[in-house]
Amino acid sequence: MDWALALEWLVKSLVIIFALLGGFAYTTWYERRALARLQVRVGPNRAGPFGLLQPIADALKLIFKEELTPPGAFKLVFFLAPIMTLVPSIIIAAVIPWGRTVTMFGREINLYLADVNVGIIYLMSVTSIAVYGIVLAGWASNSKYAMLGGLRSAAQMVSYELSLGLTFVAAILLGNSMSLVDIVEAQTTYWFALIQPLGALIFLTATLAEVNRAPFDMPEAEQELTAGFHTEYSGMKFALFFMAEYQKMIVVSMMAATLFFGGYREFWFLRDTLLSVDATWLISGHQFTAWFLAPLYLFIKVVGLLFLMIWVRATWPRFRYDRLMAFGWKVMLPLSLAVVFITATGILLEITTGQVMWLTVGVPAVSIFVGLIAVVFVYRSLWRKYYETV
Amino acid sequence: MTIDLFLFLVLALVSIGTALGMLLSRNAVYSALFLVLNLGAVAIFFLLLGAPFIAMAQITVYAGAIMVLFLFVIMLLGTEEIPGMQNWKKFIIPAVLAGALILESIYLLTSASRPLGLIANPSESVNTAQAMRDLGELLFDQYLLPFEVTSILLLVAMVGAIVLSKPEKAGK
Repeated sequence: MDWALALEWLVKSLVIIFALLGGFAYTTWYERRALARLQVRVGPNRAGPFGLLQPIADALKLIFKEELTPPGAFKLVFFLAPIMTLVPSIIIAAVIPWGRTVTMFGREINLYLADVNVGIIYLMSVTSIAVYGIVLAGWASNSKYAMLGGLRSAAQMVSYELSLGLTFVAAILLGNSMSLVDIVEAQTTYWFALIQPLGALIFLTATLAEVNRAPFDMPEAEQELTAGFHTEYSGMKFALFFMAEYQKMIVVSMMAATLFFGGYREFWFLRDTLLSVDATWLISGHQFTAWFLAPLYLFIKVVGLLFLMIWVRATWPRFRYDRLMAFGWKVMLPLSLAVVFITATGILLEITTGQVMWLTVGVPAVSIFVGLIAVVFVYRSLWRKYYETV
Repeated sequence: MTIDLFLFLVLALVSIGTALGMLLSRNAVYSALFLVLNLGAVAIFFLLLGAPFIAMAQITVYAGAIMVLFLFVIMLLGTEEIPGMQNWKKFIIPAVLAGALILESIYLLTSASRPLGLIANPSESVNTAQAMRDLGELLFDQYLLPFEVTSILLLVAMVGAIVLSKPEKAGK
């Protein structure tokens, strides 16, 4: 056993865990401030400068709250469910690269925990087991509202996972690899979101459904289910659900950034400038590559995608449940199949004819066209239903 | 005792324990959870054998999709509590058959041609990227016909399920 290697892994795991924990705290602050601004309010601004100490105050409050276990609850599962929700949201970050190789203390250190060949399938399997915590929380609470929330989340997450998996396929095809580092490096010239805009849009929508964010927050819909699956939870157990929700937001933003928005690579128009990740800087006679820009770019992209999620929450009302299911199965699934088909055809045409135009112009144009057809279709179907009911 | 063998033994205990737990627990939800753990243990067996793709597919498909639907149905129907076993006599023949299978597998495992160590120790390291490519090429080249037949079978099953679940319209 190489102790230096073990130490390196330990340090990197701790960095990931603490980044996610700190990220969770400040994402709550970010969301409350941004939501407030979007709703013409001020938001939390009293604790510390700009309300920056608000997350700490919240944490203290939740720690000291009384924890209740409802009578008739299945105690063990009731206790385990928050943990089972939180763990997948942390371990999923293990395969996401946040930089390149750095030479430090005489060793080459890769700025990712694991570059496994099956990175994307790892992401898929972890997102697919993430549903258990919510379903079991709903079941173990011995409460009708919580049960309904759990059932809703099971059906919703299984349905939207299909579209999510198929958009993963588009990224695998474009990157010609299942390793996330290879996929990021393949986006040096063009982000996959530029080549396959429809795929990126479907991915973002499906991840919103996977993390139960508005407008897909059926499992916890306040007006109908009080708080859905976490109705019976209080104190630190509730805090764990809260933490899991925000950490899931962060990790799906990291996933979206990695798969479709160039990951830790610079913005595509900065490719050959000093701000590129590959650039060599010269400071007081020392030459070194600008590796520290990589986590910074990932951070900027994650903050942007988080803002997108908050914006969506502030803008759109919740789906009706039957429409949510119809949208997942009748719109998202066919569209994501079309995304896979269009991407594969484009790559095949590019290989056989040798013209990059098929990928850079053909695939985006056809996929946007297909997306517009879907929009018209959905619009017309809603329109007809409206006049039938009147 | 190598670390691989140690891992194998621990995993074997976990998988047998969870399988027994699934069979013996009186609550259907606990049974389903034990089965999830068992599937996870089997996935780690695949990892030990140097097949991460199959391990991840196992977790995604079985633990992530199928077992969630199992749980969904159990919870929706509200049939968590399993009543005590009545009429155990009709299970004798399947039980004898299953026992014979277990005995056969124990015999195969302990017979000289296949010592235990080989299971936890694949003889050569597997290049997973290459292995996945080979798997895809085999499926879509040599075994194209069975693959397509399987997918048509699944399609027919899906259409059947949709037709069965469609509510009959009144007055038609």
